[in-house]
Amino acid sequence: MSGQFQRLAETNRPRLAITIDGEPAEALAGDTVLTALLAHTRRVRIAEFGGEPRAGFCLMGACQDCWVGLADGRRLRACTSFAEAGMALETTGMTLRGR
Amino acid sequence: MAAEPPVIVGTGPAGTRAAETLVRAGLRPIVIDEAPASGGQIYRRQPPGFTRADTEVYGFEADKATRLHRAFDGLADRIDYRPNTLVWSIRPDRMHLLRGGRVNELAFSHAIFATGAMDRVIPFPSWTLPGVFTLGGAQVALKYQGCAIGRRVVFLGTGPLLYLVAYQYARAGARVVAVLDTAPFAGKLAALPALLARPGMAAKGMFYLGWLRSRGVTVASGIRPVGVEGTDAVAGLVWRDDAGREHRTDCDAIALGFGLKAETQLADLAEVPFTWDNLQRQWLPERDGWGRTPVGGIYLAGDGAGILGADAAELTGERAALALLQDRGPGDHGQRVAAINAELDRHRRFRAGLEAAFPFPDDLARSTADDTILCRCEGVSAGELRRAASELGAGEVNRAKAFSRVGMGRCQGRVCGPAAAEILAAALGVPIEQAGRLRGQAPVKPLPMAAVLDTTQ
Ligand SMILES: Cc1cc2nc3c(=O)[nH]c(=O)nc-3n(C[C@H](O)[C@H](O)[C@H](O)COP(=O)(O)OP(=O)(O)OC[C@H]3O[C@@H](n4cnc5c(N)ncnc54)[C@H](O)[C@@H]3O)c2cc1C
Ligand code: FES
Repeated sequence: MSGQFQRLAETNRPRLAITIDGEPAEALAGDTVLTALLAHTRRVRIAEFGGEPRAGFCLMGACQDCWVGLADGRRLRACTSFAEAGMALETTGMTLRGR
Repeated sequence: MAAEPPVIVGTGPAGTRAAETLVRAGLRPIVIDEAPASGGQIYRRQPPGFTRADTEVYGFEADKATRLHRAFDGLADRIDYRPNTLVWSIRPDRMHLLRGGRVNELAFSHAIFATGAMDRVIPFPSWTLPGVFTLGGAQVALKYQGCAIGRRVVFLGTGPLLYLVAYQYARAGARVVAVLDTAPFAGKLAALPALLARPGMAAKGMFYLGWLRSRGVTVASGIRPVGVEGTDAVAGLVWRDDAGREHRTDCDAIALGFGLKAETQLADLAEVPFTWDNLQRQWLPERDGWGRTPVGGIYLAGDGAGILGADAAELTGERAALALLQDRGPGDHGQRVAAINAELDRHRRFRAGLEAAFPFPDDLARSTADDTILCRCEGVSAGELRRAASELGAGEVNRAKAFSRVGMGRCQGRVCGPAAAEILAAALGVPIEQAGRLRGQAPVKPLPMAAVLDTTQ
């Protein structure tokens, strides 16, 4: 599946290995978690009321529609957190996986 | 009088000039921003490791961006700068901060809030689908991340930023399939004399429009959105042109914005009174001709005190700092403030022109279909808000919020607030200002669980 975002510039940054829902994926140093996700997918999270996919909205820390879970139990606001090597991002939401 | 060091919240154009002015007067302000670097929205800086030149990131505004960044960086050892720090609550003599997941308090006597603005949006069918982002968000993706929000992008809404961001996208190599403006063309013509209060700005706007047209981008005025198509993400947009004909535009992303709304939560928590501003169609904190609020020690600057744009933000930032200096004494800054106010007059006339050229389509907000999601936080529909008014008797927004949960979610009504007020006013059959103002609450943004535990100790 191709991602929501299209990279237009700044593609020569160091690569970071992450996983998205268990699948290996690549982010670039300086990517927000939101960018890292949307470069590969079209979903950041599942809405808790309604269960439909969401992919953030404002990208400036205002709407709070981009909180994403990590396999280690952390939750991050994707548009204002930077991607780090080794992050295991879970767009399906931890509750849906029975955690 | 021995007072605490003054505090500035926000490091956009307003906060930067406020800090510079206080430093020039020999003070060492505490300067707080939740962002990792200064610049605010318009002059937001790229993360470390990005290499595009300012001309590429900021276009015509590159010189201003460079100057503002240099001005801020030049203050480094003369201010107490606290980036990555959110002010999440205000009490009369202290503010609550969040930094690195931990909370702490800061006692203060004087503060300048230069907290900026965000996009104002109107819901329409399926606007919560992945691929719909705010217009400002679309610009953040490009400026801050070197990305486009999609491969075929539609710009939908109204306001000068609609054309600017579409132009920036096309220039950067993104495919802009259409710019769809809800404002009618005739209004733009009529607004031209007022817009000429700032001829350079007016010329830039015309340039963006001409440039987009000459590249074959569909540009339409007086449109109405019908709905987003797609099951799990955006696949197209259906809209109606000014003659009422329906069109379907293939796209995978939509940048949505209907002007800006001031970020006023901190002023609200500081108990600054608000008045309804008919021109900007929003509630704004009261301030005098210096940027002073009726609450002692609280000053306002920039778009957070009412939308006037980035150049005016620099002026009102300086002005708020001068007001603070005047009040702390000694010295008289009346002359400089009078000069600033004379200059701001031009910005106000220009703003009136913009509001006439790109009016907020309140009819669109009011006609939001019952089954359209209004509150994206909690998935509440427009119909549920109407029912709060008709069946439960909610006579103003705060009661309606209690009954319907609209505005109660994590964004605190930042996103749904303007449309919710229009829908409620229409349902009650009252003028919008009688539908009331959604009151702000602490924390202004959600705190992480560890920080919540800290606050209860
Ligand atoms: C996403 C976006 C993009 C824009 N792009 C343009 C553009 O390209 N051209 C243009 O002319 N106008 C643009 N604008 C309009 C913009 O509002 C002004 O031009 C300009 O940025 C206003 O300057 P300011 O100093 O008032 O606020 P801002 O530049 O918005 O700065 C406000 C700062 O306050 C900080 N802040 C807010 N609340 C808190 C808090 N509680 N705690 C800590 N920090 C806080 C924010 O992080 C931000 O850095 C944009 C607006 C938005 C929302
Ligand atoms: S996308 Fe709005 S807060 Fe992250």
